[in-house]
Amino acid sequence: MKRCDVNRCHVKKKTGWFIVGGLLVALLLAGFVSNFASADPDGLDSAALEGCTVDDGGNITGGTCIAQGGKDHELLDSPLADYGLRGIDNAFLSTGLSGVLGVLLTFGIGGGIFWLARRGKHAAPSADENADVAENVEPSVHAESR
Amino acid sequence: MHIPDGFINASTSLGAGAVAAGGLGVSLRRTAQTLEDKQAPLAGLVAAYIFAVQMLNFPVAAGTSGHLLGAVLAAVLVGPWAGVICVAVVLLVQGLLFADGGLTALGLNITNMALIGTAAGYLMVVLLLRVLPRTNTGLAVTAFVAALVGVLAASMGFVAEFALGGAVDLGNSISILAGTMAGTHLFIGIGEGLITAVTVLAVARTRPDLVYALRKLPAKTPAKLVVPAGGVT
Repeated sequence: MKRCDVNRCHVKKKTGWFIVGGLLVALLLAGFVSNFASADPDGLDSAALEGCTVDDGGNITGGTCIAQGGKDHELLDSPLADYGLRGIDNAFLSTGLSGVLGVLLTFGIGGGIFWLARRGKHAAPSADENADVAENVEPSVHAESR
Repeated sequence: MHIPDGFINASTSLGAGAVAAGGLGVSLRRTAQTLEDKQAPLAGLVAAYIFAVQMLNFPVAAGTSGHLLGAVLAAVLVGPWAGVICVAVVLLVQGLLFADGGLTALGLNITNMALIGTAAGYLMVVLLLRVLPRTNTGLAVTAFVAALVGVLAASMGFVAEFALGGAVDLGNSISILAGTMAGTHLFIGIGEGLITAVTVLAVARTRPDLVYALRKLPAKTPAKLVVPAGGVT
């Protein structure tokens, strides 16, 4: 760890633990706390309903409003549609599991994109003769690109 | 603030799609150029955290809720370019897997929440960190105000898009829509500001080296504030 300064280092153990801790917080929020979220329409959906009358089931019964233009989502039969896991009847479990899957998928896809972007950066100096050792002597490669 | 399919007509959605694609392209290139090694997994974590907190709708008025957008949170922690990608990844996952946010509206949603929210919010971060003291309070106030501004700006993005290509003719009540959107999103923005400030502070207190805005936006006049030889720090 002592060979790493603030900007020039691969994921240190400490940062690794920070990531793990952050993921646990996210999993707790999406997997458990999400069940206590408000089910009311959000600011945009609520503005979209302005001018219409709505029954208890949320269906528009009259008037003129933005929401009348709304269409069903194309992927409404996706196994995770509307933050529930299809096949799980328990609503609490269904929401929580969909949240856990969403956090892991987002971390995987997001992390993958950033990893690829970083690889692109590493590939840039590979035109010179240091290319072969770039993988092993990463700090020096980083120093060049800075 | 996810726009469903059908609210905005096809040509406006397509236009926003082009804006979103261009913005994402620039952001990806800048991210590849500037992202630091240890920021890569952190940026993935920020996206995952935003996904989680976006599930947590909080009530803001009778029958209306709101949730975090996360643009300013991401921009402060991993920088505006990587931040745009974080929010866009969340919107992609939500639209493609969770049926949240229409697929034809994906460009509109990325434009509003990722691009406009980040641009307006990060501008506030840059301005406020210049004038506010580099303390926890200064950082928290910066995060709060910038997040609030980012949400309001993103909500006005929808108003502009509806004015350009709303699918339902509301007569001439765009200004009423703007007022409604601004009113509710002022309160949603306060929630956004609180969540953003708490999260940024939590990271800044444990790992200040991981906060992009603190590293990249140096205090403008440190010499005036810090007595060089003094022990008053």
